[in-house]
Amino acid sequence: MNEFLTLMKSELVVTAIIFLLLFIKIGKGMKNDSLLSLVQVLLLVNFIAGFFLNSTGNLFGDMFYTNPLIAFQKNILSLGVYLISLLCADWLKKTQHLAEFFMLMLSALLGMFLMISSNNLLIFYLALELATIPVAAMANFDLDKKRSSEGAMKMILSSAFSSGILLFGISLLYGTTGTISFSEIAAQLDGSSVQILAFVFLFTAFAFKLSIVPFHLWTADVYEGSPIAVTSFLSVISKGSVAFIFITVLYKVFQPMQDVWYTMLVILAVATMVIGNLFALRQQNIKRFLAFSSIAQVGFILVGISSNDYMGITAVVYFVLIYVFSNLAAFGVASVISEHSGKENIDEYKGLYKTNPFLSWILALALFSLAGIPPTAGFFGKLFLLTAGGAKAAYWFITVAALNMIISLYYYLRVVRAMFMDKNDNPVGKIKISPSVKLALLICGAGIVLIGLLSWVYDHIHTLSFKL
Amino acid sequence: MNLLLLIGAPLLTAVAVLLSRNKAQVKWISLVGSVAQLALAFALLYAFRQERAQNNMSQMLFELNYKLFDSLNINFHFGVDGISVAMILLTSFVVIAGVLVSWNIEKMTKEFYFLLILLALGAYGFFISLDLFILFFFLEISVIPKYLLIGIWGSGKKEYSANKLALMLMGGSALILVGMLGLYFTAGHSFDIMTLSKTSIPANIQNLLFPLLFVGFGVFTALFPLHTWVPDGHSSAPTAGSMFLAGISMKLGGYGCLRIATYLLPEGAKEYANIIIILSAIAILYGAFATMMQKDLKYINAYSSVSHVGFSLLGIGMLTQTAITGALMQMVSHGLMTALFFAVIGMIYDRTHTRMTNEMGGLMKVMPFITTVFFIVGLCSLGLPGLSGFVAEMTVFMGSWENSDAFHRIATIAAAMSIVVTAVYILRAIGQTAMGPITNTSHLQLKDAAWNEKLAAIILVAGIIAIGIAPGWLNDLLRPAAEEIMNRIAGK
Repeated sequence: MNEFLTLMKSELVVTAIIFLLLFIKIGKGMKNDSLLSLVQVLLLVNFIAGFFLNSTGNLFGDMFYTNPLIAFQKNILSLGVYLISLLCADWLKKTQHLAEFFMLMLSALLGMFLMISSNNLLIFYLALELATIPVAAMANFDLDKKRSSEGAMKMILSSAFSSGILLFGISLLYGTTGTISFSEIAAQLDGSSVQILAFVFLFTAFAFKLSIVPFHLWTADVYEGSPIAVTSFLSVISKGSVAFIFITVLYKVFQPMQDVWYTMLVILAVATMVIGNLFALRQQNIKRFLAFSSIAQVGFILVGISSNDYMGITAVVYFVLIYVFSNLAAFGVASVISEHSGKENIDEYKGLYKTNPFLSWILALALFSLAGIPPTAGFFGKLFLLTAGGAKAAYWFITVAALNMIISLYYYLRVVRAMFMDKNDNPVGKIKISPSVKLALLICGAGIVLIGLLSWVYDHIHTLSFKL
Repeated sequence: MNLLLLIGAPLLTAVAVLLSRNKAQVKWISLVGSVAQLALAFALLYAFRQERAQNNMSQMLFELNYKLFDSLNINFHFGVDGISVAMILLTSFVVIAGVLVSWNIEKMTKEFYFLLILLALGAYGFFISLDLFILFFFLEISVIPKYLLIGIWGSGKKEYSANKLALMLMGGSALILVGMLGLYFTAGHSFDIMTLSKTSIPANIQNLLFPLLFVGFGVFTALFPLHTWVPDGHSSAPTAGSMFLAGISMKLGGYGCLRIATYLLPEGAKEYANIIIILSAIAILYGAFATMMQKDLKYINAYSSVSHVGFSLLGIGMLTQTAITGALMQMVSHGLMTALFFAVIGMIYDRTHTRMTNEMGGLMKVMPFITTVFFIVGLCSLGLPGLSGFVAEMTVFMGSWENSDAFHRIATIAAAMSIVVTAVYILRAIGQTAMGPITNTSHLQLKDAAWNEKLAAIILVAGIIAIGIAPGWLNDLLRPAAEEIMNRIAGK
């Protein structure tokens, strides 16, 4: 019993918060303002609680597995959710169904926690569904906007499709290996063609979730239609959690077939980076723009994953941590501006620096971090991903990735240029930023500047993953 | 001497600038900061000479080593040899002059000085780094300041130029990054330059990595045909921006070409030396002839920079100790000269509001100080003995001539011929702007240089003359360091 409590404490805390919200909802209810403050405090508690009592062990007959690295990954996600609750406070206060929104978001988070911890194909599948379906409901949260429902519809259809493929892959895998336990599958793999087919199906399902090219088509529409709070959740928290379990599946389950997946990974990484970047070049809407940029970022994550050792794990976890700060800062600024002026086009950001220097600097910092320019943390994140990917001496692969950094710099600079250089007769008016948003933006800004320079963060992740 | 001071001083200045309340504070803090940097640079020179005088012959002095990313074996490893000391001196000269000539900037003063100092910080850090990763970090740190300085405070088609510059330099960085990772894995997970310099790297890997690193750094230092960002970038940048770009940033590339590409990969350097020589000879001649066609003063200096920087690369490609010493001298000399050139152009432009030579005339009569400085820097550019340009170019030619085969001789002669062309365009530019009658009557009201401009010009002129009439001290700094590089090339 005691073991159950400590090993599953992250899941239990989240579940407790969900039930608390449920009781508040069916009880007397609360005003949005005070409910939001309560949720923010609870999420902060959830984040801080993640630092304590982390141990290694498994539960339910080896279905659930956790260790300090997994706890760290969960903590990154908790931090992200906490930041979203702060950043999108202005929008959240106006929604009619605040309690439901957080119940859905936390259910998805619970699903992600279980997914990262899963050690069995069955629980993995269940957790993945739990992590997806609430998000589709969240995408529909702008009830009066048609695009929002359209996005939700696209999301639910494409994820249902990918779940089908995943299940097919799982059944094939079970058919040939006779087991669904992660620890046992690896021993049964011999690289037969059925197993390769099963792997391809599994890989496809992951590719859908991570929006790897050519399975990225749902991304831009869903991102554009959803409220920014949901978009940022999708692009940061969802992506991060799937990347974590993707590593586990590749490194642990499919280790014997590493030659197969290495080639696939390299090809898809190149395609994802190039296509994501090229499409991002021409986007006008900031949300679509960030959607394609996040596709390109996933390409870089794949470069890191291709290393197939602890260096890759470290680099990816580190990158996701930085990505949480950078991307949430970018979405946060977009959310503030969209909430106060309704403007979401990059051209409408012209002259932003004159009226809102703070927002402009934060957004610029976030974009430079996404582009990988020092002194921001993104520089270190990108570089370590490439270092991890370069371990196999695949120089052309690294070269392609490095050249993609140039393309991405071009479009990130476009936004910077609009804010700082271009003139505009009708710029976004001066925005009064509410304290919680300001706090979150400052946290993100500090994270972007400091995570890279404080090298012990990386070394800490390294120690955690090296122990595996 | 603790090398961290060299990073600490600009960092502190930058933070102080951010915290200051009004424009006057910003300016004075920046000035005090840059004076402190100049003092530190001289202190470093003094300390360095003291150590050498006491026969401390270790290759790098004042080494510091702090662990940064322990698991990846990335360390804050700092140290200086003669080359670094010379480059740091150059940087501090250009920084103080740049701060002084920007004294009257009105638009977003705080941000301007902050970015300027950040740029300087990157340069200092770059020159003292002995760890490739840290070196790359400091190289890249200047991307944001360069882009914003040109894009916000620039003139003409500034957005285009800023974009072009940022993207081309990023391209260079991408190549450097790949080359750097190649070195890292070949040498068994080490970015340390001193470790790498003692590792023997197989020739086929050297031949693969050398072009990546050399071209990568070459982009920064206007290696032909990747020089196209130079004219646009320099001419669109604000005065201090141009000074920093041409005076400091381009030197980062030259330093990298020598210290990283050539020093660490000597076999690769030998393999590609002829191509480097051909490209730099083309750059020298092409730059000179292209300058002839320019009417805009900034474009004149930008294209002549392409030509002059070509001498540095030519010296590196010649692979003799004298030529490499000359190449380094040319970097220092060109840094001072071109910064001064841009400063003077800025001063003229601030008054006449034009940079076209054919719209000016007889400026000597209204602003004798500025035009005199213009004369001095022009004469330095065309290689008049007694000024730094002559010393540097002469050393490069002498070193090149040590290679006795026809190919090297022809390249040397071709490069030397550019001096004649240089004389033509420099004298013509000076003649059109400074001499003759005043063509535009509104120019009669113009005032000569203010105190800050005079001070900036005097500091840089002093540097040029100091090298020109007493090159010995610079030679003493650079030659032993060049010898270390030659030793590795010769395989000792």
